Amino acid sequence: MIRPNALTAKLVLSFGALVVLGCVVPLVVEDYDSYQITVAFSYGIAILGLNILTGYNGQFSIGHSAFFAIGAYTAAIMISHFGWHPYATLPFVAIAAFMVGFLFGFPALRLEGLYLALATFALAVATPQILKVDALEEWTGGVQGLFFDKPDAILGFSIDQSLYYVTWIVFVVLMALTWALLHSRSGRAIMAIRDNPIAASTMGINTALYKTTTFGISAMFAGLGGAFFAFANAFVSPDTFNFFIAVYLLVGSVVGGIVSIPGALLGGLFYVFGQEYAEEVSNLSELIPPPWVTFGIFLILMMYFAPFGIWGLIERGMARLKRPSSS
Amino acid sequence: MKLKRILLAAAAASVLSGGAAVADSTGITDTSIKIGNTNPYSGPASAYSVIGKAISAYFKELNTEGGINGRTIEFISLDDGYSPPRTVQQVRKLVEKEKIAFLFQSLGTPTNSAIHKYMNQKKVPQLFVATGASKWGQPEKYPWTMGFQPTYDVEGEIYAKYVLENVKDPKIAVLFQNDDYGKDYRDGFLRGLGDKKDLIVSMLPYETTDPTVDSQILALKDSGANVFVNISIPKFAAQAIRKSCEIGWKPLHLLNNVSSSVSATLKPAGLDCSKDLITAQWMKDPTDPQWADTAGYKEWSAWMDKNLPDADRGDVNYGLGYNVSKLLHHVLQNCEDMTRKGIMGCAANVKDLELPMVLPGILVNTSPTDFYPIQAAQLSKFDGEKWALFGSVIDATK
Amino acid sequence: MDLFLQLTLAGLAIGSIYACVALAVVMIYQATDHFNFAQGEMAMFSTFVAWALFQATGSIWLAFVLAVAASFIAGIIIERVIVKPVESAPVFNQIIVFIGLLMIFNNLAGWFWEHTTKTLPSLFPEDLGFETTLISPHNLGVIVFTLALLLVVFLFFKFTKVGLAMKAAAANPDSARLVGVSVGWMLALGWGLASAIGAVGGVLVAPIVFLEPNMMSGVLLYGFAGALFGGVNSPGGAVAGGLIVGVLENWARQYVPGGSELGLTFALVLIVGVLMFKPAGLFGRIVVKRV
Repeated sequence: MIRPNALTAKLVLSFGALVVLGCVVPLVVEDYDSYQITVAFSYGIAILGLNILTGYNGQFSIGHSAFFAIGAYTAAIMISHFGWHPYATLPFVAIAAFMVGFLFGFPALRLEGLYLALATFALAVATPQILKVDALEEWTGGVQGLFFDKPDAILGFSIDQSLYYVTWIVFVVLMALTWALLHSRSGRAIMAIRDNPIAASTMGINTALYKTTTFGISAMFAGLGGAFFAFANAFVSPDTFNFFIAVYLLVGSVVGGIVSIPGALLGGLFYVFGQEYAEEVSNLSELIPPPWVTFGIFLILMMYFAPFGIWGLIERGMARLKRPSSS
Repeated sequence: MKLKRILLAAAAASVLSGGAAVADSTGITDTSIKIGNTNPYSGPASAYSVIGKAISAYFKELNTEGGINGRTIEFISLDDGYSPPRTVQQVRKLVEKEKIAFLFQSLGTPTNSAIHKYMNQKKVPQLFVATGASKWGQPEKYPWTMGFQPTYDVEGEIYAKYVLENVKDPKIAVLFQNDDYGKDYRDGFLRGLGDKKDLIVSMLPYETTDPTVDSQILALKDSGANVFVNISIPKFAAQAIRKSCEIGWKPLHLLNNVSSSVSATLKPAGLDCSKDLITAQWMKDPTDPQWADTAGYKEWSAWMDKNLPDADRGDVNYGLGYNVSKLLHHVLQNCEDMTRKGIMGCAANVKDLELPMVLPGILVNTSPTDFYPIQAAQLSKFDGEKWALFGSVIDATK
Repeated sequence: MDLFLQLTLAGLAIGSIYACVALAVVMIYQATDHFNFAQGEMAMFSTFVAWALFQATGSIWLAFVLAVAASFIAGIIIERVIVKPVESAPVFNQIIVFIGLLMIFNNLAGWFWEHTTKTLPSLFPEDLGFETTLISPHNLGVIVFTLALLLVVFLFFKFTKVGLAMKAAAANPDSARLVGVSVGWMLALGWGLASAIGAVGGVLVAPIVFLEPNMMSGVLLYGFAGALFGGVNSPGGAVAGGLIVGVLENWARQYVPGGSELGLTFALVLIVGVLMFKPAGLFGRIVVKRV
């Protein structure tokens, strides 16, 4: 059960303000910007899953691109081959991704730290290969992938705005659900397993069940993120979902703040817009190195000055404001 | 036949004109044209970014001479890292934020596939794309997209025909890159074999993340093949050539055109090992002395000296960049209707244009029903020093 | 039979490169508890430096030695300047710094030296004195050189004072400080050595795969897998892991049905399968933790 006094009015109000702000954005920017932010949200949803698994449960994954891909392809196959409406595929995306994650969680129980990382990495590397296999080409579209139409516009908004709103609503709901989960007994169990697995199991927590379920939930989020990513781009192709996506998700997660919920949103935005700014900086002069060098430098500097991510900086800033000023 | 062509032309023309009641001249003013491009400046295909550099240099020089018909060219080339979702992002930015007139020579098969529908929906020309996939020449369905180089399809068929006509009892082995480009070539070759597909004894893929293709070559040799169709990018093609040499495997070796550069592929592989390789060419290899005295080569060479003096001359992509820029220059120069639709129409009306770094006898031709500008190639054999052309120009349209 | 032998030997040759990368990764891990994702790109960058030196001097061995020395120094500097600030930060922060380094080195190499493929001659003579199609002179040289390198590293850690100090600094920094070991500089030394080993790997692999900015991305994947497969707390294990991965992958591609399309997948599945039974790697030791 969620303790009522954790739900401070302040928290509800700030969350509400965030939701409203998010809703206002597409009305004041162009379609292209809405589309970009939607892509950032889709990464953000996946990053939220990663935060739960790695930040709150201590299981290291550099393989979330696999679940991202599973979500994207599940949606794409249902739309392309069975004519389903994109949003109607979401429950199936969630279930499929959850199941794969949950099943993967079992062997993951035996592996710690780096070895788990390797196993997840193996999964990430295998995913594009499996998607390209000739035998599955009929379903997956092989190397070409699958193309489909973006979800229709709703309520008089443009196509890009409509997708933005749906993605934002799902993201916001997932953030709230995550908050609820983490503030419940299960949440405390999840974090206990991270902090001291041996003590946790001695206290009677079924670590195996919690760990596999958390893996499932994390994969589910990544799958949903992948589905929205597919909607935004209107296609899926195997080499898109390579190992580097998993790396970028991890980057977004840490830079946003891996042990936080708002960090996921910040991480997604950072990943999309950080690249933009890196590109702009590099284009200023021929003497400035290419964008990815600049981005790499951004990353390193962020780790020096924001070790708990952007959200960590914000929290620190808020704490300073609360402190009475010395006089 | 002729009636069908007339009807198709009419259909294409009406699709082009339908929609925009007022001609769309976004990105075009009396004094400037904004042209967009995506190229892989980072990532696994970064070797091709040379093309973007070449085009940039071409337009920069052109601007110093007054541009085209008094319009300066603003050429915006963005990095997509050969990643299709990033291409979608960059192209949307170019079209919706930068408001380019059209997209020119965007590179890559999967990357162009990702924006194919979008460009046609938005009615923005996707002109002279840098890929040989066959899907870029469908004016009825996609009137705003046009290819440039000979298709992989056609090249594959040329090789298939050559094998069937010249090899007694062929046993064919194929190495191909496991992506859109590799499979397109492979399928073109298979189509060319017709009902003789069972002549293939082994077909093995490789990924760009594989460090080497050595194990594939070992396996292909073991299959007993006497014909080897090598569908790979320069780095892997060089490895394949060298490994075959090392293990003493000497089949009839057909090398795909994208890797036919002497300096990028054959030198690393070993010029001796590359003897008797066959490829279908449409461009002049800049390191081939037989072109040194031709007007076309001299023109390109002088341009390189002036604009890209430190560049690696052996990289055939500089020639490609120059060729395609010249083609666009020609199209825009002679275009009366400077609107998006007008430019598309002018691009679909090129007659017998000779480009400086293209083989003699191969001319650029387009029409409202023919969106494949170059559809010819000539076979050549490597003699240890250069590619020696043989036979005659094979024109796929005839 | 011929094919099997050739595949195995080719697997050992490329596996030696994986082994070099794996060794470099393990070196840093043993010294610092970090897993340096940027190892491959740093090795690639060192190889470009070797190439530039070769262009300038005409001698591949001279270029090689200078490049390795330069990489050693660069590794030390990078650790002291870039990695030190996040030394005591959470492990994720360190990983992000390494990823940043990866991006920087990869794109900087492309910026300095362009993306077209370059060749680097082999360190080893073309003429073995006997003819064989089973393995090329270079590949044979690679296998022998890597094993020799492993021997040197082993001897270094076992019999030299510095090696002992490095192990102490990694195993128990506080106790090490108490006996006068400068832990910080041991970390830096670990990085220097790892960078040097990476440079060796790069110069050895360039004649096989050709030099271009993305040369190492595939290799790093396998090197990693090899290091973990063999066991990250064992240099010998890492090398064995690298060799085994190289051979396994070739075998999987040829002999497993569907392997041609899924070679890497099979190899990795096998590795993970082994880890189920030996969670610390084939030759690793499970570290017992105090509750």
